[in-house]
Amino acid sequence: MTMILEFVIRLAVWLLLAPLLPGIINKVKAGVAGRRGPPVLQLYYDLARLWQKGVVLSTLASPGFIAGPAVSWVAVLAAAMLLPLGPLGTSLSFRGDVILMIYLLALGRFCTAWAALETGSAFEGMGAAREVSYAVLSEAAVITAVLTLSLQSGSVSLSAMLSPSAGTGAVLLAVGLFTVLLAENCRVPFDDPNTHLELTMIHEVMVLDHSGPPLAAVLHGASVKLLLFSVLLVQAVLPLGKLSATAAGGVLIAGVLLVTVAVGLVESLMARAAFRRVPLLLTTAFLLCVFALLIAWKGGAA
Amino acid sequence: MNGLLNLLIGLAMGLNLVALGTSRLPSLIRVAALQGVVLGIMPLVIEQEFRGLLLVVAAATMAMKGLVIPALLRRAMRTANIDRDLYPLIGFVPSLLLGAAGMMGAVVLARRLPLLPEHHESLLVAGAMASVFTGLLLLIGRSKAISQVCGYLILENGIYLFGLLLIHSVPLLVEGGILLDLTVAVFVIGIIVDRIQRAFDTLDTRKLTVLRE
Repeated sequence: MTMILEFVIRLAVWLLLAPLLPGIINKVKAGVAGRRGPPVLQLYYDLARLWQKGVVLSTLASPGFIAGPAVSWVAVLAAAMLLPLGPLGTSLSFRGDVILMIYLLALGRFCTAWAALETGSAFEGMGAAREVSYAVLSEAAVITAVLTLSLQSGSVSLSAMLSPSAGTGAVLLAVGLFTVLLAENCRVPFDDPNTHLELTMIHEVMVLDHSGPPLAAVLHGASVKLLLFSVLLVQAVLPLGKLSATAAGGVLIAGVLLVTVAVGLVESLMARAAFRRVPLLLTTAFLLCVFALLIAWKGGAA
Repeated sequence: MNGLLNLLIGLAMGLNLVALGTSRLPSLIRVAALQGVVLGIMPLVIEQEFRGLLLVVAAATMAMKGLVIPALLRRAMRTANIDRDLYPLIGFVPSLLLGAAGMMGAVVLARRLPLLPEHHESLLVAGAMASVFTGLLLLIGRSKAISQVCGYLILENGIYLFGLLLIHSVPLLVEGGILLDLTVAVFVIGIIVDRIQRAFDTLDTRKLTVLRE
């Protein structure tokens, strides 16, 4: 009974806290630009509004058009549930759960791309093509980072991997994972979430034809993914397992806030990279993770 | 001491990768200059006591590689009035991957070489080989004359790192002589760049292969 209760509370934490992050990012961006900006809770209002709206369906689209966002939302949430939350640990931990998390994220991406292709729109097909081709590079970086952590801790379950820090390669890993976070969540050097030019969009263009509750699921799923990657980054880099429970919780929250503010600052201070530069950036992130892996490997041997 | 030295060498190796990934000529020159300055600090870290000559050579290295040579290159770039994009023969992603592979190869090779016991823990040999490889890659993979000079500079930085291994037995005067040679070479290349630009209206060195008597 308590297990079910804990599960529900955990799910509620992820569901309710995630939309806060884009709000904070927008506030930071507005602050740097000298504007007042939308309220921090804007995404909650948007989601509530979208949830009450009807759905416009293309006659061309199969049920996959609705199933895509739904499956993707559930997959991202399931991946988030596998991730331990600092001192709270995880409700579900087993050998190799990290691989399941990576594949759940990949499933989410596949379903978003599938729903985008369902519309039969050339623009959305273009966005889907971009999304999956960048994913090839960013997934390589994530998997290398995960390998580093598992080598460091000698374990393949998330809760054991994430409690110590990443060791001497932590700085490399932090920069690499932060770049991946920006790429996976379509933030600025890779994609501009505010752009309205279909030719330059990646993620936003894939969801152009969604409306009502499916669009709400897509937007909420994106915010959960952002929270997931920030929590992963903070736990991978900082040795939360060595701190007391309250301190670890505080550090985790502070770390996630710091990552969010950093995303906002990157977004205000950098321009979007040209498309031909994006593979270079992602390769750099991958190489940083590879070097962190080598340091973990050699450090373990010596 | 070894920790600080390895950190500096790691920084120089990181700058190698930045040099391979950058797509703009001014930033490539800046990276080569920064690497020269990082290398200039190293003799001071290796030698504990501060001798007069050592200080002079370190200061001269930093001034030459960090200020004089980049200034010469920037002047050549300005007078030749070239556009700042590099057009690579080997693309940025492949050259970055090659550079990283070369770096790992250098670390592995350095571990296998029969080095003196005091050099086992340091990254000097690995950093030297990685820099030489990066320099070669830049020389081969970039078509503009000035970017090839930057490759040459990074290659020379690698040789300088090798020289640091022998800092106790080779007089620093030799290092000073190399530095002078380097500066003169860059000076001459600056003039050549200007001539290439006038003769061909471009700095693409591939045009030089069609020269006939």
